[in-house]
Formats: sequence, structure tokens, C-alpha cells
Amino acid sequence: MNLLLAQAPAEVSTKPLLVLAIYLGLLLALALFSGRLFRGTSKDYFVASHSIGPFMLLMSVFGTTMTAFALVGSTGKAFQQGVGTYGLMASSSGLVHAACFFLIGIRVWAIAKREGYVTQIQFFRGRFESNGLGYLLFPILVLLVIPYLLIGVIGSYRVIGPLSKGMYPELFAATDGSIPSWIIGIVICGVVLTYIFAGGSRAAAWANTFQTLVFMAMGVLAFYLLSDKLGGLGAAIAQANPQHLVRTPSELEIVGQAGTSIREVGFPYITFFTYMFIPLSVGMFPHLFQHWLTAKSAKSFKLTVIAHPICIAIVWVPCVLIGLWATGVFNATPSEAWPAAAVGIMKGLPDSSVGAVLSLTLRFLVENPIIVGLVTAGILAAIMSSLDSQFLCLGTIFTNDVVLHKVGRDRFTDKQIVLIARGFVVAVVLLTYGLSLYLEKQQNVFDLAIWSFSGFSALTSLVIGALYWKGATKAGAYACVLAVAVSWLYFFLKSGGHEYTVAGVMPVAICFVVGAVSLIVVSLFTKKPSDETIRKFFP
Amino acid sequence: MKRSTIIIALFVILAVLHQDCWNWANSNLVFGFMPVGLAYHAAYSLVAATFWALVIKFAWPANLEAWADEIPDSD
Repeated sequence: MNLLLAQAPAEVSTKPLLVLAIYLGLLLALALFSGRLFRGTSKDYFVASHSIGPFMLLMSVFGTTMTAFALVGSTGKAFQQGVGTYGLMASSSGLVHAACFFLIGIRVWAIAKREGYVTQIQFFRGRFESNGLGYLLFPILVLLVIPYLLIGVIGSYRVIGPLSKGMYPELFAATDGSIPSWIIGIVICGVVLTYIFAGGSRAAAWANTFQTLVFMAMGVLAFYLLSDKLGGLGAAIAQANPQHLVRTPSELEIVGQAGTSIREVGFPYITFFTYMFIPLSVGMFPHLFQHWLTAKSAKSFKLTVIAHPICIAIVWVPCVLIGLWATGVFNATPSEAWPAAAVGIMKGLPDSSVGAVLSLTLRFLVENPIIVGLVTAGILAAIMSSLDSQFLCLGTIFTNDVVLHKVGRDRFTDKQIVLIARGFVVAVVLLTYGLSLYLEKQQNVFDLAIWSFSGFSALTSLVIGALYWKGATKAGAYACVLAVAVSWLYFFLKSGGHEYTVAGVMPVAICFVVGAVSLIVVSLFTKKPSDETIRKFFP
Repeated sequence: MKRSTIIIALFVILAVLHQDCWNWANSNLVFGFMPVGLAYHAAYSLVAATFWALVIKFAWPANLEAWADEIPDSD
């Protein structure tokens, strides 16, 4: 494939942006319609009055767990590391996520329904009879969610910015005609804020259902169009780089304008094995906890548990294949013909944005601006379906675990509580917007995702202990949280915030074991919870 | 043997099967377009879904559901 023949036309079409505008308009209309179903109570705002049925629960849980990484990261990682990407991140998630939904989600839902909990911290405060544990967990959970939020917002800058390059050369001369990030941020954060403000959890569930359907459909559409352009499925894979079709680590030579570089493709066994700890993060995501509580009944979880691995396959298999095909598409020799971004990604630079591969491949092979707009809408859908839940969750945590816990729930009417929550959601959105603009140029923000996931995964031993071991004590819980925090911080500082392994072992595996052992050992020698607490938490 | 023991054993077997070290260097294509390393794990996703369907059928926590429903929902 001669890429020089596939350059973008001189006059850049604004049609992709029109498609995005239509998508955002539809999303807003649907979410605002769902806001009309809002019952005006705090319970409805926080957990949709436990009214979400099986299909919407599946879509909202799946949409929330699959960030933008599902579409663009999977393609980029396969382009960078090869076929093992699916086993590394997707099939393990199918098994482990479903385990978390079945073993943690349903039980947490039942307890929270009986006790009226709407946040994770309320649950842990109750189970371990400790206000202090809540104050310890609060900053940890918030600090782990913030990078996750930033990834979404900055991700939208990196998707829409290059997409709009050259569209408005006079209006935005400083950015080569691209829409500046501050405008993209206002639009994306503004749309999400509007529907979260209006309808809380219920609006998030409706919006997530729409967004999930959009990004699943757009992934399949991109797959179909690209395979067609490459001459069919067999021809597409035949031109891929053979080193990317196996998982055996091997050295790949990249010849670029800046000289030759060599890097490793594939995955060591031990990294592949210990990566299985990463999907445990869903057991401790506070925003997912809140989604679980929206379920109408325990039965609502059935579809989520069974269909989640299948939904993962529907999204990830096509995207990983596109990433493999792209290794052939961008395999022109000399590689000066490659787009600079593709060279950076193939070199495996830590600051490369692997998320660009899907868009790059589409723009080179499918020149139809409507299609490019549709697939970009799919990527935005994946980003926004996680953002809304995270914004709402942080607003809920600040309202319930700080204000209401400190001042007392009885001091406020239900309407005032909703107002406080909305105020916090606005504050969180503004803070995220400001931080995203400040950190936009910090390339390693995306590397923080794996650290955010690792922190949540390591803390999952706490929720498993809380739910399944009557002997788990308050002191054990403190020990677990502190041990995870210290071990996580140690590895994080050592890594400089980038991806890091200890002799091939993912740090998350070590942090998880350290946390679990601390919980068990300290609990064995400290005061057991009261009988009343045991009755409340163990049916 | 208790159901929970069987489920835990099956889960461990699935976790072991996830490692598929025998496929690591296999570059053959399944159906002429899917590398073995991907086809195996795509099939694994379906097996995982089937496993959880069986767990729900044979080990659904009905007591937990009844316990949660003892307290009526209210706004």
C-alpha cells in the first residue's frame, strides 16, 4: 500500500464534525428525555431508585467498564504488541469481570438495598464499623478516579483535534485549523454535565445504553469497511507483519527518518499471567459500585454476568484484527512514507498515543468523511460512557461521604441533597476540565491508566474479605488499605508513572497479595466485628 | 462434592486454560483470517460466558435475593 497515494485531500471536509454534532445532539436529547423520568428524590438521583432492568444494566455496566481503550487502545496495543493483546486484556476480563459482578456485585446490591447505602465508602464504614476507614479510603478512591477521568477528557482532545486538522485554517490558525482543546473540552464536558445534572444515575444509564450500542456498532462498521478495502479478511491478515501474529517476544526493527530503532513485540509468559489481576479493578471501581446499586433486582445481574464476555468479544476481536492489519498497512518501505504518529507507536515510545491507530488507518484507507465521523462518534461514545458515571460518582461521594456524613443527613431536605450533589458534579466537571487543559501536553497521562487500574485491583481483596469472611476486622481493613497504598506508591514512584514490571511480574499482582495477606494476618489477631454487624452483612 | 467447590475448580481450570502457552508461537490462521492466538481467546470468551450461564443456572444465590427483598423498596 503506497501511503503517498492515500494522503488527505487538500480541502478538508467538515462532514465528520457534522456527524459528531448529530451524535452529540441525539445523545443529549435521549438523556434529557430520560431526565424527565427523574423522580426528584436523592435516591433516584444517586441510584435511579433501584429501577434499572437487565438490558440497561448490561449496557451501562459494559459501557462503563469499556473506556475509550476498548476501541482505540485495543487497536493501538495490537498494532504495537501483537495478537496477544486480546488474551492479555479482553478474554481475561470476560472471566474476571463476570466473576466480580456475580460474587461482589449481587451481594453488594443486596446489602446496600437493605441498608440504604449509595456509596462504596458507606458500605465499608458499616461493614468495618469505622468512620476513620471512610476518611482513609476517600482520598485514595478520588485520587485513583481522577487520572481515569483525565484520560477520557484528554482522549477526546486527541481524537477530535487531529480529526479537525485543517478544517478551520483562518479561525484557528494557531492550531493548524484544528478545533482547540478548550472548545472540545467545553462541548464534551458540557454535554455530559447537562444530562448528569438533569437526571443523575437514571440519565447516565440511558445515555450509557445509547453510547454502548453506538460504539459496538461503529467498531463492527470500521472492521467491515477496512477488511473490504484490504481485499477481504484473508488478504487483510496476509499483509500483516508476521511478528505480530504470535505472542513470542521478538525484536522488531523500525527504520524511520530519525534512524533505526529496535524494540520488543509480543509478551513474556509471566507478564501475560500476572496481567490477569488487572481486571479485578472492577470489584472496586466506585462508579461501577453505583451502577450495581441501580439494579431493579438481583435477577437484573443475570444478563450482565453472562453477556459481558460476549460483548467484550464483539468489540475487541474486530479492533485487535484492525490493529494487526495496520502493521501491514504501515509497512511500506522505506518507512519515511509512514505517518509520523504511526512510526512513534510502532517504536513503542512511552509517550506515543497508541489510540491514534484506528483513526489513522481509517483516514488512510476509508476516505469517506461520513464514515470517519461515524467511527469517531463511536470512539467518543466509549469515552463518554465512562466519563458520566465517574463525574456522577465523585459528586455522590462528596455529597454523601463528606457533607452528609459530617453535617448529618437530617439537616437537609431531600431536594437540598440533590442540589448539593448537583453542585458537586459541576465542581468535579470544572476541576477535571481545568486539569485536562493543564495536563494535556503531559504525554504520560495515558500511562497513568494502568496505575489507576492497578490501585483498584489491589484493593479488591478488601471488598472480597468484607463480603465473604466474617473474621475480617476493622484493623485488618486498615492494614489492607495501608499496605496496598504503600506498595502501590513504591512501585509507582519507581516506574516514574510509566508501565513497569518486576522481572516481568505486573506490580498489581504484588500489591494485591500484599493487601490480602495484610488483611488476613491482622484480622486473625484483632477484635472481631460485632454480632449486629455480622447479621447485617451476612444473610 | 459441593456446588461451590465444583465452581471454584472450574474457575481455576479456566484461569489455567487462559495461559495457553502451547499457542504462543503458533502463527497458523483459523478460517483463513484469524491467528490462532486470537481465535483461541475469542472462543475462550464464549466458554467463559457459558461457564457463567451454568453458574447462574445451578448456583444462583436465591437466598440472597430473598434476603434483599425482605425490606421493601421506598423512595
